[in-house]
This record gives sequence, C-alpha cells and structure tokens, in this order.
Amino acid sequence: MSQHENHGDHHNHGSLKSYVIGFILSIVLTIIPLVMVMNNMLDKTTTVIWILVMAVLQFIVQLFFFMHVREGEKPRYNVQTLVLGLVIVFTIIAGSIWIMMFNKY
Amino acid sequence: MATQHDHAHGHDHEHGHEEHEQLKVLGFWIFVVTDCILFGSLFATFAVLMHNFAGGPTGKELFELPGIIASTFILLTSSFTSGLAVLAMNKGKVKEMISWLAVTAVLGLAFVVLEINEFTHLMHEGATMATSAFWSAFFTLVGTHGLHVSVGLFWMVALMIQLKRRGITPVTRRKVTNLSLYWHFLDVVWIFLFTVVYLMGVM
Amino acid sequence: MWENIKEFASTFFVTGDPLIYGADVSIALTMVAIVFVLTKYKKWGWLWREWLTTVDHKRIGIMYLIASLLMLFRGGVDALLMRVQLAFPNVEFLHSDHYNAIFTTHGTIMILFMAMPMMFGLFNMVVPLQLGARDVAYPFLNAVSFWLFMLGAMLFNLSFVIGGSPDAGWLSYPPLSQNDFSPGPGQNFWIWGIQISGIGSLATGINFIVTILKMRAPGMKLSNMPLFSWSVLSSSIMIIFAFPILTVTIALLFLDRFAGAHFFTMGGGGNPMMYLNLIWMWGHPEVYIVVVPAFGIFSEVVATFSKKTIFGYKSMVWALMSIAVASFFTWAHHFFTMGTSASVIIFFAISTMVIAIPTGVKIFNWLFTMFRGRISFKQPMLWTIAFIPCFVVGGATGVMLAVAPADYQYHNSYFLIAHFHQVLIGGVVFGYLAGIYYWWPKLFGFKLDEKLGRWGFWFWNIGFYVCFMPQYALGFMGMTRRYYTYGWDRGWADLNLISTVGAFLMGIGFIFQVWQIAYSIKHGERDTTGDPWNARTLEWSIPSPAPFYNFAVVPTVKGADDWWLTKQAKENGTYKEEPAHLEPIHMPKNSGIPFIMSLFFFLIGFGFTFHWVWMAVIGFIGVALCMWARSFQYDTDYYVPVEEVRSTEASLGRVY
Repeated sequence: MSQHENHGDHHNHGSLKSYVIGFILSIVLTIIPLVMVMNNMLDKTTTVIWILVMAVLQFIVQLFFFMHVREGEKPRYNVQTLVLGLVIVFTIIAGSIWIMMFNKY
Repeated sequence: MATQHDHAHGHDHEHGHEEHEQLKVLGFWIFVVTDCILFGSLFATFAVLMHNFAGGPTGKELFELPGIIASTFILLTSSFTSGLAVLAMNKGKVKEMISWLAVTAVLGLAFVVLEINEFTHLMHEGATMATSAFWSAFFTLVGTHGLHVSVGLFWMVALMIQLKRRGITPVTRRKVTNLSLYWHFLDVVWIFLFTVVYLMGVM
Repeated sequence: MWENIKEFASTFFVTGDPLIYGADVSIALTMVAIVFVLTKYKKWGWLWREWLTTVDHKRIGIMYLIASLLMLFRGGVDALLMRVQLAFPNVEFLHSDHYNAIFTTHGTIMILFMAMPMMFGLFNMVVPLQLGARDVAYPFLNAVSFWLFMLGAMLFNLSFVIGGSPDAGWLSYPPLSQNDFSPGPGQNFWIWGIQISGIGSLATGINFIVTILKMRAPGMKLSNMPLFSWSVLSSSIMIIFAFPILTVTIALLFLDRFAGAHFFTMGGGGNPMMYLNLIWMWGHPEVYIVVVPAFGIFSEVVATFSKKTIFGYKSMVWALMSIAVASFFTWAHHFFTMGTSASVIIFFAISTMVIAIPTGVKIFNWLFTMFRGRISFKQPMLWTIAFIPCFVVGGATGVMLAVAPADYQYHNSYFLIAHFHQVLIGGVVFGYLAGIYYWWPKLFGFKLDEKLGRWGFWFWNIGFYVCFMPQYALGFMGMTRRYYTYGWDRGWADLNLISTVGAFLMGIGFIFQVWQIAYSIKHGERDTTGDPWNARTLEWSIPSPAPFYNFAVVPTVKGADDWWLTKQAKENGTYKEEPAHLEPIHMPKNSGIPFIMSLFFFLIGFGFTFHWVWMAVIGFIGVALCMWARSFQYDTDYYVPVEEVRSTEASLGRVY
C-alpha cells in the first residue's frame, strides 16, 4: 500500500471538497439560466448570450472540479488534445452557421 | 493491492503494468475528445436546421420543461456520485465504491426512462423524426446522447461485477477512472443540450 | 416457393451485364480455390492462429498492404473501364447507369479502401520499429481497426454482385443519394461500408497518437523523432478530429433514407447543402490525412539516399503540424459555387492559399537535402524525385482552383479532375510506393527487383502525364466530370484518346509491379544485414524481417538519426559497446475477438443495407457481447522468456 502512495500523484485524485464545490457551482449555474428563461427577464439575444456563457462556465467548473484537468503528469497531452478539439468543435459549429446563413429558404 | 503483488515477475513488471494502464487513460481521453467532435457536428446540424419546422409543431409548443429540469438535475447528481465512487476507490473502499456506482447507475437509468417517456409523449403529439428538419435534428441529437448514457449503464454494470470479483487493481482502477470521465463528459454534453435545445427552444 | 426464391434472387443478385457475370464467375472460382488450397494443405488453423487473430503490428501492416493492393487493382480496373468508354465519342461500351456506378466505386475505393489501408499498412509496418517500441499502444484495438476496415471494404465491394453498386458519386451528394433518386441498396452499401471502416480508422488514429507520444524508446525526444513518425502524428491528429464528422454526416444521410428524416431532403425543411458543408469538413482534412504520411516517407527517403541529415528538420515539423491544423479551415472551397456570402468565399479562398506555404517549405527542404548530397537512384528515391515536379504542378493548379472567381469556371470540369489526380497520384501513390519499396526489405527480408521496378516506374510516370495533362486542356474546353459520353462536334476526341492511352500505360506499370513482387519473392536480393540501404533510423538496427518482439533490447537513443550516429561512432572507433542485458519481454496475447466482432459489425451493415432490421439487431447484440467478453478478459498478455529471445536472435545471426 505504501508503495502505492508514492505514485499517487499520477491519479486523478480530487477531494470530497472539490467534488462538493463543483456540484454546488453546477447547480447554481443551472438554476440561473433557468430562472432567466422562465421569467423572460431580458430580451432574447441577451438571454441567449447569458445562458451560453453559463453553460460554458459550468463546463469549465466540471473540467476542473470533476475531471481534474490540472492534475496528471506532464506534458499534459490530454489538455492539449482537448483544447485543439474544442477549437475544432467551435469551427464546425460557427463555420456551419456562418456558411449556411445564406442558404435559408 | 494483494493481487497486484503475487504476480510471478514481481515488482518491476508491475510498475510497467501501472504505466500501461495510464496509457489507456490517455487513449480514452482522446476518444472522449473525438466524441466531442461527434456531438459538435450534431450541434452544428441542429443549429443550422433549428428554425425549419416545415409547418409542423415547434419545440416551444411541445417541450415540457418540468421533466427536462428533473432529468438535468438527475444527471448532474449522477455525475457527482460517480465522482464519489472515484473518491472511495482512491481510499481503497471497494464496497463504498460499488454502492456509489450503483447509485450513479440508478440515476442514469432514471434519466434514460425519463427520456424515453419524453420521446413517446412527443410522438403522441405528432412530432417524429419524419415531421420536419427541426425534429429530425432534435431526435438525433438528444437520442445520440441518450444512447451514450445507455452504453455507459451497460459498461457500469460490467464494471460493478468485475469490482466485486477482483477488487481494486490497477486494471479496475483504470476502468473506473475512464468510466467516470465518460460520465462527466456526458453531463457536460447534456448541459449544452439543455441550454441550446430546450432553453433556447422554449424562448 | 420456387417462384419466390427466383424472384428474390433476381433482385438480390446483380444481373443483366456480361461484365458482372464474368466477375461473378471469377469471384466464385477464387473463393473455391482459396478454400481448396487451405483445406488441402491443412492451413485453416495456421490462418486462424497466425493471421486472423494476430495482434502483431507487422502482420496487421502486411494484411493492410495486401488488401490495399487488391483494392488498387479493382479501382484501377474501374478507371480503365471509364477511360475505354471515353476514348472515342459516342462509344457504347458502358450504359450511363453502369458508368455512374463505376466512377462512384472508383473514387470511393481509391480514397477509402486503397489509400487509407495502404497508409495504415505503412503506419503499422514502420512506426513502432522507428520509435524503438515493441508494439503499438493498443495492439488489440489495432486488430479491431484492421478487421473493421476489412469487413467494411468487403461490404462495400459486395455491392458489385449483390443488390447493385452505389452510383451517386464518391461523396454521394443529396438529393441524388436520397431515396427518390437512388432507391435500392446500392447507396446503403456505400454508407455502411464507409461507416464501419471509418470507426476502424478513428481507432487507428487514437492508437498511433498515443504510440508516438508515449511509446518512444528512452532518450528519443519529440524533437529528434524521425520525420515519418512526425507525419504519422500529424495525420493521426487530423484523423481523430475529422472522422467523427464523417460518422455523423453519413449517419444522418442514412436516417434520411431509412427513417424518413429531413436533414438533407428537398422538402420538410431539410437542406442538401448542409450535407456538402459537413462532408467536406471531413473530406478536406481527409486528403491531407493521406498525403501527409507521404511527405514523411519522402523525408526519410531523401535523407537516406542523399546520405545527409534532412535539411530544415524544425521547419519540416512545423510544416507538418501547421498543415494538420490549417486543414480544418479550408473546407468551403469545395463548394464555392454553392452560393454564399462574399466574406465566406474570401475567407476560404485565402485559407486555402495559405496551405501552399508550409507545403512549399517542405519542397524546398527536400531539394536542399539533395543539394550536394551523394544521391543514389534506388527505387524509393526514383519515386521521390518523380513526386516533386508532379506535386508542384498539382499544387499550383490547386492554388488556381482556390481563386474563387476563376473557380466558377473550373468547377467540376476535367481541370479539377486532373488537379486532384495529380496531387493524389503524384503525391499519395508515388509516396506510398516509395515507402513500400523502402521498407519492404524490413518486412519481408528481401529487396524488390530493381530492373522490373524501373520498368514499372517509367510506365507509371510517362503514363501519368499522358493521361492527365490532356485533361487540364479538356477542362478548359468545357468537358465536365461524370459525362459518360460526348459527341464528335465537341472537339474533345483527340485529347480523350491520348488520355486513355496514358491510363493504360499506368495499368502496364502496375502489371510490372505485380510481376516484380512475384519475381522478387524467389529471386529478390536477400537482406542479411538488416540495413540494406545504409539508412539512418532505428528500424534498420534490427534484423530483417524483424522478430515478433521487434527489439531484443530496447535501444537508448542519443540523438536524431540515432542509427546513423551509432554507425558513425563505430566507424570512428568512438562507439562504446554497452553490455546488452536481455529481460523477459512483455507481449500482448492474440485474440479472436476483433475478427468476430467485426463480423457482427458486418451483419449490422448488411442488415441495414437491405432493411433487414432483425439481422442488424443480431449484429448489435453480437458486438455488445464481444465487448462484454473482452471487458471480462484479464489474461491478455504474457512474457517471452529470455531463453526464447536469445535463441530467436541467434537464429537471426545476433548474439547476446
């Protein structure tokens, strides 16, 4: 067992605290957009921007508090892959919308 | 840990084994990123087609938010409990770990049941895959996520049996790490689904 | 009853064309012959143990290579049939339907079932050896990838005799590929053949990324890794980001056809242009996926045969990686004529032209490597030198196509056809052939005959220019792609005839190569040193053919071109022999699951192709059971004892 402790750092540990914080933040970040949409608090475009920002924030929260991207051995190939992947996801979505915008019936 | 050490070749190879398992975590992470691309393509399709109702019902008319909100919190909680399972694993508590996985699986199952419920309701209301481009994109995007969750459940059952039989070894440890990563990822995808499909749909 | 069977058979099997009956007979005869030989020589067990269940990357590489050469043959025959049809005006050799099917299968096979497996074959044969690794990161997954590819390819090719071939073009644009215009199973074969092999390709991409990042021999930093491995990394990065898009796109097309969805339909709010947008997000990276490893091969070959370190290593790496990223930002240039905003067109025209920069850097680096080198013109080098002018012209015409206003003139004309054949044959095929000639001795232990190879080389090269240069002109003269015939009044007759002659010259080149392989198996120069080309990288430090565990002792790398450094040190007398210490070698066990699971995938594809849902369900259950079984398998690897390693090495002439 002691042997194991030595390379313990390699694993995605996290602590109960980080999970609880992540969980609470996620709940808050889910409720805010919900309230905004249900009560029609802002005009449409502003609401869309805000709820998308909340979704991205929640993604980041989960990334750090649940998936522990900060931990793990270096070089962090997983983070590099993720960042490039997200750039390409963004390109796919934004590019499609941009290109197809002029193709509406 | 005992099983790990009674291997004929002793410690040196076991260290190699441990590294080999780490290798599989990296590979799985990359797979998850490719899955992001898969969902990204589906989101792009949905974004382009989301106003094409072709005279059929709209999302605003048919979506029932209470059920969706329940699903959202169920999946969020299951993401949390799968994390607790990993915590228990790090402490070496097999039983606690299996129980948390079981809780996660039950929550996941509830999510899938709610989704099936929602789909049957929508079909009753006359919204199917063939109704319009919007509904095609909707059922495909949400259904693909539901399918991922179902596959995760299948995998979770397999892992619980293996944990019961073998306890925590480098191999089962790696598998549970991957599973929880997958589960968190599905939760993240759902957040975007919830925002883009449902919240923006009812606005 | 009998009537029913007859009726079923008449729709199930493709009938009515003597060419197809001829193919039916030859396929049946080949199958019988294979079964007969395997039974007579009691080789079924050997086939199963040594090949169908293998997880050895070298054997998987060999199987990829064989499959890709067979597919090259089929795609090549398709090409020749098309050229015969177009040789003269008003030829009545192929009907229009048949012609459509042939250009569709030609394109699909050449890209997905010829270029891709040949590339994966080279990945498998070379990368672990070059890195000083014992296998890829996930040997089991590697076998899964291969069998998924293989059964996907078989499913696709089955359309030739069962159900009818797809005929909506190699990328199957809707609405043509929808039920209204392409009823019947042909289009479904296209979808499922590609879908199944595509999953395999994705897995291979992940596998090689992890192999390259994590399995390098101690001391080999990324900054002195051989350039072929760098190119594989670049290509694999593109694979993992591009293939999921393909999976989604053709899944959506299938939902349109199978479930009546409205993604790309004309009615119901669907938008066929969205399909173009999606498929080219995969399609453009895809062509770079296949060409980038060729760049890696040229880098190895040029350095070896010029006896010099590659010129501009860092800029080469930079170019490879920037091509990988930039490839995702150019897709819309494939449909400039679709009609979109000017800003979209400007963006994609410029991003396309930007690609020419890193590619140009690479060309200059190869030229500077050759400059003042002691060049020996062996076969791999011949193909490399032939590649350079060919690719430069292909690249330049590509930039012409990127000029959006001019593209309205060239779009879908024979100018485009000539352009992409020039980069795909001049770049990809020449590159892979160079690679195959280069690494062949490492895999099989003998060189391919030089003399026959040179005949093949010249027929290919002269044939290439004779075939495709006239097509540029034909494009300007207004000949559009996919015409199945044309009249005398068009004035296209002479150039088309010349082009057909060129195609047959390339066909003769291929025959020379087949002859070359057959001849060399018996008479080829044996490689006893393990380093027949006096090369530079680690794969040449071990015996040929490489033993199943690759390296008896994992080498410690000291710098770029490590094997060259070692040889130099030995010559100078500064080499310090380190006592070799053999250890038990950790190896993966063979498994039948990849093969069996892929058979179930085949059932899924075949079932959906004919709308036999029950069969697809059986397939899904089978796949799930295979995965379940694998998950419960813990006894997946073993150790090769030191004694066995020592005796194997001794039989290869190396003493430890």
